[in-house]
Amino acid sequence: MNAPTHPGHPAEPEQRWADVAAVPDEARREQVIAALRAVLPAQCLLSGVEQTRPYECDGLSAFRQLPLAVCLPETEAQVQQVLKVCRELDVPVVARGAGTSLSGGSMPHGSGVVLSLARFNRILSVDAQARTARVQPGVRNLAISEAVAHLGLYYAPDPSSQIACSIGGNIAENSGGVHCLKYGLTVHNVLRVRGLTIEGEVLEFGSEALDSPGLDLLALVIGSEGMLVVVTEATVKLVPKPQLARVVMASFDDVVKAGDAVAAIIAAGIIPAGLEMMDRKATEAVEPFVKAGYDLSAEAILLAESDGTPEEVDEEIDRMQQVLRQAGATQLVVSGSEAERLRFWSGRKNAFPAAGRISPDYYCMDGTIPRKNLGRMLAAIAEMERTYSLRCMNVFHAGDGNLHPLILFDANQPGEWERADRFGADILELCVELGGTVTGEHGVGIEKINSMCVQFSPAERAAFFAIKRAFDPPGLLNPGKAIPTLSRCAEYGKMHVHAGRIAFPDLPRF
Amino acid sequence: MPIDASGAALSSIRDCVRAANADHNRLRLHGGDTKSFYGQAAGGEPLDLRPYAGIVEYEPTELVITARCGTPLADLEAALAHRRQFLAFEPPHFGPGATVGGMVAAGLSGPRRASAGAVRDYVLGAVLMTAGGELLHFGGQVMKNVAGYDASRLLAGSMGVLGPIVQVSLKVLPMPAAETSVSFSMGLREALTRMNEWGGQPLPISATSWSGNDLKLRLSGAAAAVQAAVQRMVSQHGAQVLDDEAARAHWAALREHSDAFFDGDEALWRVSVPSTAALFEFPGRQLVEWGGALRWFKTSAAPELVRQAAATVGGSASLFRARDRAMGVFDTLPAPMLELNRRIKREFDPRGIFNPGRLVAGL
Repeated sequence: MNAPTHPGHPAEPEQRWADVAAVPDEARREQVIAALRAVLPAQCLLSGVEQTRPYECDGLSAFRQLPLAVCLPETEAQVQQVLKVCRELDVPVVARGAGTSLSGGSMPHGSGVVLSLARFNRILSVDAQARTARVQPGVRNLAISEAVAHLGLYYAPDPSSQIACSIGGNIAENSGGVHCLKYGLTVHNVLRVRGLTIEGEVLEFGSEALDSPGLDLLALVIGSEGMLVVVTEATVKLVPKPQLARVVMASFDDVVKAGDAVAAIIAAGIIPAGLEMMDRKATEAVEPFVKAGYDLSAEAILLAESDGTPEEVDEEIDRMQQVLRQAGATQLVVSGSEAERLRFWSGRKNAFPAAGRISPDYYCMDGTIPRKNLGRMLAAIAEMERTYSLRCMNVFHAGDGNLHPLILFDANQPGEWERADRFGADILELCVELGGTVTGEHGVGIEKINSMCVQFSPAERAAFFAIKRAFDPPGLLNPGKAIPTLSRCAEYGKMHVHAGRIAFPDLPRF
Repeated sequence: MPIDASGAALSSIRDCVRAANADHNRLRLHGGDTKSFYGQAAGGEPLDLRPYAGIVEYEPTELVITARCGTPLADLEAALAHRRQFLAFEPPHFGPGATVGGMVAAGLSGPRRASAGAVRDYVLGAVLMTAGGELLHFGGQVMKNVAGYDASRLLAGSMGVLGPIVQVSLKVLPMPAAETSVSFSMGLREALTRMNEWGGQPLPISATSWSGNDLKLRLSGAAAAVQAAVQRMVSQHGAQVLDDEAARAHWAALREHSDAFFDGDEALWRVSVPSTAALFEFPGRQLVEWGGALRWFKTSAAPELVRQAAATVGGSASLFRARDRAMGVFDTLPAPMLELNRRIKREFDPRGIFNPGRLVAGL
């Protein structure tokens, strides 16, 4: 799905390193490694196949590429030195946090280095009174909340990978999570980002105050997938931990009814702390695994969570139950204890591993649609299951329309990955058609770069490259990701000419 | 949400922009001119964006409203109120003709900002017109959207320097079920301590203000939560409960600067600092909002002193309202940041036709 650069095109900055699979010759490799050796202590530089293999992919293991070398700096000064070397020698740089990206955002560039921030793992300071924490990019998301729990505070954005993912990665992707409906995305919870440009220059975006002069470049940097700056520090907002949380589990005999129930909750003026949906395939996959007591006859299950003070939660749970009942819920159960609440959630949280239980491989999609179109989307997915002869189970951040179809396949069966890949691309393009977007929270990375040709016009993509040029004129920070070049879109467009039927489907394309 | 590009108003705007770009003429983009007092003084040929108006789409259950730039902010808020929804960041109008486009471009938020977020946090998507008259759609109509750079949020507070924001999609929220305000007699030092302490507790505080030894809190949310919080404030901290109408009037006056504090000819400084910043004083008077993070000064103090004081605690100062803006409105950016702002401006507006100098001197 990811076309190599068309050889005949002129070398615009975005074109020069667009081919992430380009590999340098031995002399060049030696030159770069020698230059890095001069600025990094031995334990901070990895080279050779054996040492760099662990970095060849991230959470989207279908896309792999060995880098020229891996740098693991321990100080900001070392990061600066690495960037300066790469700038001077014209070497692409791919920053990496925990490598949990599901879109190949930290997949290496064959001619470049991986710049791992894993050793930047310290929480530098916590200001309990101001409710902020200064953290390094390699700190795990959950580690922040763990460190401030004793103060009755926590860091709200909770992507499902939070035990492993890094805050630097969260900033790169503008990560969300189950509770972002009520508590916001990363961009709503980060006050300040300190980053280095490809020139090694230090910039501070935002501040510990609520405003800063000039353009709001903090908003631009958050979600920029490692393409604008390398983050070396951030100040995040901490919020009071809710006193308690309870969840309502509602069963529906029809997915459209479930979708309408979600709309009804919002219409009633309720913004739950979490509002998630699982379809029957998903609950069938997880129930034997987690034994949460899911209603296996339900076509869709909704999990609606309320958090706050005991009085608030009682009131909200009551109101949500009323709404859900009126919307046609066939069964309603409310968690009676914290243990039970976690059990109700365990299926949703374990949907991905459960998919792994029933299928050798799965491909997790991530798109967003206006909630009202959920019924149409699920009907279309059912149709695609027939077209591609693959099963697909669905979990859904129902509160904000962010869909995670999990396409089940077996990579050992010839053609199944290719079919899964096309199935995924079809879903993403339908998201755009239904007024949504090709990525809700996982980022574009390498995975969805072609789908960006569908979501954005050439002028819009040119504007993205213009922003990129302002930050990174040589185009060395994570090139070949997220924003497709004109030639890539031209190639992808040609593939679409025959309404999705590609001539000679068995020929390897990419 | 495709824009109705055939509309006469939009074509007319496009023609003006193209002509100005062709001739290297400067344009002063404006809506209702309710924020023209704010920011660096604007020059150039006025381009009135009000004719391109109207709510394009409003889906209460999707929590999103899409409107054209010239839509009166009052009309948008009325449409939301009709469905018991609102703009959680409480943008000030500062006049009867405030428009949606101007509101986003100015990027000013009201009393609820510290608890609910700023204008930029609620921008889901925006359509920008380029110097060549083309329309760029950034973002969309959904909150979970990380496709491409977040250029739509960049436009919030851009003061028109990147071009006219012709359409915007904003996240909306349900109005709180209950709202009650309380007040305390308290000095500033204690008020700062209390506001920060309470900010770290599960209290439904949606706004705070301190002025003249009086601290006020607005408690908003579920009825049970508000009741419990009011109870606690009264019994444990000696709070007085405000009459609902008086409370509404107070917060509205703060939002719109019609409160007596803002009267008079002295310069009005807007100082944005970490909420726990130690109090500082200047001749004149002070009003504090946002849990301590926003400090207003009506003072004749020298600009360098105000800016220095803000910078020392990691904040910034802007000369919000003054007779003479020539002494500079916003803090000077550090050189590398200034250069980055310049480059972005140049990419979007190579001939420098849009609101030159409005946000950053020389840009």
